[in-house]
Amino acid sequence: MEMTIIMRIFNRSFLFIILALAMSAPALAQNGGAFAIRNARIVTVSGQVIERGTVVVKDGKIAAVGANVSVPRDAKVIDGTGLSVYPGMIDSNTILGLTEVGAVAATVDTTELGDFKANMKALTAVNPHSELIPVARMNGVTTALTCPQGGLVSGQCALINLDGWTPSEMKLQAPAAMSMSYPVIGFRGGGGGFGGGGRSAGITEQQRQQRDRLVESMRKMLDNAQAYLKAKEASARDKSIPTRTTDLNLEAMIPVIKGEVPVFMEANGPNEIKGAIELADKYKLKLIINGGNDAIKMAKELKGKNISVILGGVLELPRGEDAPYDESFARAAELHQAGIKFAFSTGDASNVRLLPYHAGTAAAFGLPKDEALKAVTLYPAQIFGVDKLVGSIETGKIANLVVTDGDILEHRTKVKHMFINGNPVDLSNKHTRLYEKFKDRQ
Amino acid sequence: MKRWQSIFATMILATTCASAIAQQSGSDEILIKNATIMTASRGTIENGSILIRNGKIAAVGKSQDVNASSSAKVIDATGMYVTPGFVDSHSHTALDSINEGSQSVTAMVRMRDVVNNTDINIYRQLAGGMTTIHQLHGSANAIGGQNSIIKLKWGKSVDEMAVGDAPRTVKFALGENPKRSNFSGLPGTSRRFPATRMGVEETIREAFTQGREYMMEWDAYDAAKKRGEDPLPPRRDLKLEAMADMLRGKIDIHSHCYRADEIVMLLRVCEEFGIKVRTLQHTLEGYKVAPEIAKHGASASILPDWWAYKMEAYDAIPFNAAVMTRKGIVVSIHSDSNEHARRFYQEAGKMMKYGNLTEEEALRLVTLNPAIQIRLDHRIGSIDVGKDADLVLFNGHPFSVYSRPEMTMIEGEVFFDRKNDLQMREKLAKEKKDLIEREKKMPGQRQPAQPDPTIIPTISEEDLDGHLHPSSRRKN
Repeated sequence: MEMTIIMRIFNRSFLFIILALAMSAPALAQNGGAFAIRNARIVTVSGQVIERGTVVVKDGKIAAVGANVSVPRDAKVIDGTGLSVYPGMIDSNTILGLTEVGAVAATVDTTELGDFKANMKALTAVNPHSELIPVARMNGVTTALTCPQGGLVSGQCALINLDGWTPSEMKLQAPAAMSMSYPVIGFRGGGGGFGGGGRSAGITEQQRQQRDRLVESMRKMLDNAQAYLKAKEASARDKSIPTRTTDLNLEAMIPVIKGEVPVFMEANGPNEIKGAIELADKYKLKLIINGGNDAIKMAKELKGKNISVILGGVLELPRGEDAPYDESFARAAELHQAGIKFAFSTGDASNVRLLPYHAGTAAAFGLPKDEALKAVTLYPAQIFGVDKLVGSIETGKIANLVVTDGDILEHRTKVKHMFINGNPVDLSNKHTRLYEKFKDRQ
Repeated sequence: MKRWQSIFATMILATTCASAIAQQSGSDEILIKNATIMTASRGTIENGSILIRNGKIAAVGKSQDVNASSSAKVIDATGMYVTPGFVDSHSHTALDSINEGSQSVTAMVRMRDVVNNTDINIYRQLAGGMTTIHQLHGSANAIGGQNSIIKLKWGKSVDEMAVGDAPRTVKFALGENPKRSNFSGLPGTSRRFPATRMGVEETIREAFTQGREYMMEWDAYDAAKKRGEDPLPPRRDLKLEAMADMLRGKIDIHSHCYRADEIVMLLRVCEEFGIKVRTLQHTLEGYKVAPEIAKHGASASILPDWWAYKMEAYDAIPFNAAVMTRKGIVVSIHSDSNEHARRFYQEAGKMMKYGNLTEEEALRLVTLNPAIQIRLDHRIGSIDVGKDADLVLFNGHPFSVYSRPEMTMIEGEVFFDRKNDLQMREKLAKEKKDLIEREKKMPGQRQPAQPDPTIIPTISEEDLDGHLHPSSRRKN
């Protein structure tokens, strides 16, 4: 009798534990499962749209895609009738995970002190349990570049998938780029947030000199990094040469000056973009322009050197009173016409879910629709060198997939299913929870 | 003979020009035909036409049922969508200053006195379909100044932009802004009362209390005069006069608010003094206390999907519009931003997916509902006979991300036309180039350029330093 009660209690609590585990199980716990989305419109991005096809997901990867692919026996099948499958969108510049509430300093880890901080790693400060992350996924973003801010060298950006228990589980590539800012006139150092363009009205000679000094300090740092690498290599070759003291900051610059990690250089005005290109030439840096408001004015140089642009200000006001009203909306179309590769970004954390509308609005003002989609999927993957992993629906790529009830760039479209690393992702978030809690309150 | 021909030609030209001018001023008939008309009041009319006469909507319906006189200017809108001009119930556009935040109560200041009719954002917003804006005082103090309502008649005087029969409204503010939570400690700022939500409540209660006493003093004075006595008039106080007018129901209260607790606080304080809040502004946590808001009878104007930028915005949700709408509250979307105000159609479209508002409910968030909130729904906010012809023509469905406004008219007058805008850019680029050339020839003699009043937009100082924009290259 006693045994039975104990057994019963044990059974109950065991059941409870199992249930609790099942309910709280993160996507990753299910890794290895097979899924198939059938009868869906598949927007592969890299190839033709498959009007009625199947995507098979196995072991976290896209195992098959096509109009006539067979579904493995063990696969969990999702009926995609009337739905569309897209590759997960990539936001090419965010502070996701590094900030929770913008105005509450204690929740913000975007900006370390100092002007040169190459050894700061965004991935370290990414809070996987930030409420902002599930909200960012809401409209189909699965991957984001998250970057430190402020100073001239802000630190190392990380490409993260928006699902995981720990930063390292979220990591797609880190370091993905070195975040830097080309000095603008009026730069105050330290924190981020300086805009582009460089308003010429009221610029003093003093401010000009200040900018030149900062450019000089940037060159000096790169010289130091080169010298540091040279000394390190020399002592490695020849044991008689003493090893120099380790400098973690310069150490972090080594992959950058070797051209292995790209420089993600904030530069908006033509002077800054020109300066960034010159710097990249001199030090053989792999350059990506971040911001690029006036990139069109440097189109020839950018195209000639195959430099890509991460556009920042699509949904920002035109800069001059005299600028065309649609200046920022039409910028992407201009870059496309000039043959420059670009991707869209929100530069934000709480507004990452608005990424598709940056692309869509650019399409309303002259950018072809398919190019708009590429600039939030395949192009960012190519620009950051992860196109073998993500950015399109192709066999062998990581299964970051979004299933929608319409065009993924449209405001009215709803995301119905999402997969990150081949795992189904819970689409509820702080906003849906609060909605459910209060919607029927009497 | 030849001479007669040329005179005749001149006459025809003159007549054409005159009629063009007459249409410009909105006194003739205009027919917009073969459009998809989203009325915002009575659903969508496929293949419809709108007849405009003297700046008002004279007829609207199926194309075959709407007839114009032979002299009417016809706009063929085949394939296009027409919506009412958008109404922003919370704007700070075209104001020289926004906050008189030196005191906690500044009900005497008026935004009408600081309207800047040359603000380029007027034109940018016209290009996004905006036609009427409620220009609010800022939120630095618990009771701010009196607001202004204008139509975006770019190129007209402040008096011509002002909506003559608009109601008087005043701005209140609750929470972090009047507490100065995110501002104190910055250079040039100092701590001042109130610094807590408790203090904000008492600031408002105190102002109402003083206003009520002031009102009673004047009422006693007026009554004594009526009785034929010769009383000494009370000392006039413009701040208390405004407070008294709120208590008399002559000034509507529009209050900035975020958290649910402060919303119910304001409703309670106003009920204490026998008045109602007309519109809660921002209302980020309105969804939490929708039954209370509905019961009080306030309307709500909201930011559609911004959140987490400050602590009191951490519980903001994009389903807010849907929850409050379902509770019977008149909800509008507002911009509070020169940027967002250019894309109101997008902001409204988003609301369809967060809580399943219908297309018309979503459209009303930026048209009829804000018009109701500023008590101008008898004139604007929907495409109905007798209302002002404030209309936007889109090249596709206004809620599609791929669409854009092609034309915006106010009272039948075209204030934005994308075709004209694109042509104007070439003229502007040429003028800029000329100016720069002239400046180069006159070193040291640079004079500030006087903008040509016919050019839209104007020349800024920036351009004289060579920041030429590639506008002429744009083709779309």
